[in-house]
Amino acid sequence: MRGPGAAVLQCAAAGLGRPVLIRGARLLDRRARLDRQGDLLVRDGEVAEIGPPGGLEPDADVEVVEGEGLTALPGFVDPHVHLRTPGREDEEDLDSGTRAAAAGGYCAILAMPNTDPVVDSAPVLRSLLERAREEARIPTGFLAAVTRGQRGEQLTEMAELADCGAAGFTDDGLPVERAGVLRQALQYQRLAERVLALHEEDPSLSGAGAMHEGEVSAVLGVAGIPSISESTMIARDAAIAGYEGGRIHVQHVSARDSVEALEAARAAGVAVTAEATPHHLCLTDECVRTLDANFKMNPPLRAAEDRQALVDALRSGVVDCVATDHAPHAREEKEQPFEIAPMGVTGLETAFAALHTRLVLPGLLDLGTLAERMSAGGAPFGIEPPTLAPGADADLCLVDLDAEWEVGEAGYESRSANCAFAGQRLTGVVRMTVAKGAVVYRERSFAIGAVA
Amino acid sequence: MRKDLIQIDDLTRADIERILERAESFAEVSGREIKKVPTLRGRTVVNLFYESSTRTSSSFELAAKRLSADVVSIKSAGSAVDKGESLKDTVQTLSAYDPAAIVIRSPYAGAAGLVARWSSAAVVNAGDGKHEHPTQALLDVYTLRRRLGALEGVKVWIVGDVLHSRVARSGIHAFARMGCEVTVCGPPTLIPREVEALGCGVRWSLEGIGDADVVYALRMQNERMAGAFVPSLREYAERYQIDGRRLRPNQLLMHPGPVNRGVELSGEVVDSPQALIVEQVGSGVVVRMAVLYELLAGGGPGRGAGQFGPEPVRATEPQPA
Repeated sequence: MRGPGAAVLQCAAAGLGRPVLIRGARLLDRRARLDRQGDLLVRDGEVAEIGPPGGLEPDADVEVVEGEGLTALPGFVDPHVHLRTPGREDEEDLDSGTRAAAAGGYCAILAMPNTDPVVDSAPVLRSLLERAREEARIPTGFLAAVTRGQRGEQLTEMAELADCGAAGFTDDGLPVERAGVLRQALQYQRLAERVLALHEEDPSLSGAGAMHEGEVSAVLGVAGIPSISESTMIARDAAIAGYEGGRIHVQHVSARDSVEALEAARAAGVAVTAEATPHHLCLTDECVRTLDANFKMNPPLRAAEDRQALVDALRSGVVDCVATDHAPHAREEKEQPFEIAPMGVTGLETAFAALHTRLVLPGLLDLGTLAERMSAGGAPFGIEPPTLAPGADADLCLVDLDAEWEVGEAGYESRSANCAFAGQRLTGVVRMTVAKGAVVYRERSFAIGAVA
Repeated sequence: MRKDLIQIDDLTRADIERILERAESFAEVSGREIKKVPTLRGRTVVNLFYESSTRTSSSFELAAKRLSADVVSIKSAGSAVDKGESLKDTVQTLSAYDPAAIVIRSPYAGAAGLVARWSSAAVVNAGDGKHEHPTQALLDVYTLRRRLGALEGVKVWIVGDVLHSRVARSGIHAFARMGCEVTVCGPPTLIPREVEALGCGVRWSLEGIGDADVVYALRMQNERMAGAFVPSLREYAERYQIDGRRLRPNQLLMHPGPVNRGVELSGEVVDSPQALIVEQVGSGVVVRMAVLYELLAGGGPGRGAGQFGPEPVRATEPQPA
């Protein structure tokens, strides 16, 4: 399958802006086999040059950013964002959602089609791409639905949608429940040439569940969603993809059983990739004891051993990339009893800090691997991961690994505040984000270097 | 400081004993011709019931009135709630009356906890979803202690639909805290996975129930049939009904009511002298008086009024915008 490449990503033309020289930062990028102190010059949309600290002399028009004590990483790519547009612009729109992403160090995102109306026809997709060209702060792509209205019955016009610029196909929010429909989608994939991203859940096993089924759900009396609801569907769908020679991407893997199903599928030669979210990698169902609806999402926060298995899978590469599943909800919808509050939490602005604090600092994952996984989100969709290597598109972020902050204290760029990490103290702050050579985010308190 | 009664787990054994002793003293008041004390005169208790209830709502109402409080009872049907008002807005509206206590029943777990966060009133959980029903557990412990004295080592079997039962969850915690050995028993489809975490044993059949000192039967709701949790009420009754053959003469029988005669209990055991069911209802009023008293006017030596629990707990802060 060819895959769409970066052509599916749209954003408002920011112009190339002034060249930026980041001076004396730690430059860390596994793909470029890079981990050293140095200067990095961004010019004409590209990483123009890398030199030793103080080694690059700025020209007159260059903005100099003092990078001492900071780390430059390849920009993050999020393959799973809900921008709520069209339909719920009160919760998020293209402007606020991409601002939140840029503030989180993201240089590109992919948005889900479960909007109102659903992105299941070329006109809806075209209008979104057009709006992205006017409003999106960073390159943004859109997935289209697998089935019309995400009803799980009839395929969308996948070939036409792909021609219009769909980055992939998904019924996210819902599984493709019927095996026969998924099989047809995988057959048709030969025409559409786009990855199918799958929300894996067996509704007959999830039932009315609102949290992970286990000790905590037993204590709370809240109906549980068992881990087998996810893992059995992964096994089923991997078998169908293998039979049809199709390519699938498993969204928001949450359980140990699911990791095992993925390993089995890989071993059987199925073309399958997978993502995991910061909240599943950092938190467990113990959080739900508070019955705070900011810990409600689907799939749910699972047990400690599930979290451990996910972290191991992220390290080993069984899980290819980090996806936030950023899902904004209106305040009044989340300020309800847990069982009736909607599923989903925001995550773009906290992803790096949460994973750095919970995985890197305790030694569960090294920073280089984290950066690699956080920037790899486009790869399953055929979008080349960013790199700091000279000549590559300048997609990077500059982070302060020592700075602490309290989540939510200074508000959010997102229009919604339903963050699972709200109130937590995290270590690691994104100071600046560069996408396609333009500075798309600069932290308010971050000093802007003088023009030389 | 804990100003509320949300779940049994928040209470120490000493808290429970203080409530039980207070209830004993109110039992004496209930024996008088004028059954009122002036403790809460001039204070307001709001009963907010989002689910139909006869015994719990009437017994809370009576308890507040016997403490001389002004009582406002709101049922969801016909109220602003029916017009789509959110729980938060309802609580803010009611707060304008400056209630001393809000008693809330909701079909959703955590609702009482939310109200406690949004209101400065003392909040009493009168049942939140399938989570907890702490005053039911307290009146059960009270009833049993009156009959048996000390509860240390008493073997309690809770039989039936544990999965959907807030009575069972609060009961397991309360009985265990008082030193009882608790076993839950029912069809595997109606026992939550990992329920052992609550500190109870698990059985799938009534075999061995002869060891129990107390058999606590749960209400089997007809609507569970729709969820296919049991193949038929007939098969359920055959396997799990407590009847004259299964109940030994020295065992006590409890049930939170209302009873489905012929389903979880046979008629003969309901009417037997071993059944504490009517006493449980009677205990409801004095125990709820005791809870309101302890939260609003009580406080033993070294404690402020209305303190339960070993440690002050920091409330979850509201999210910033």
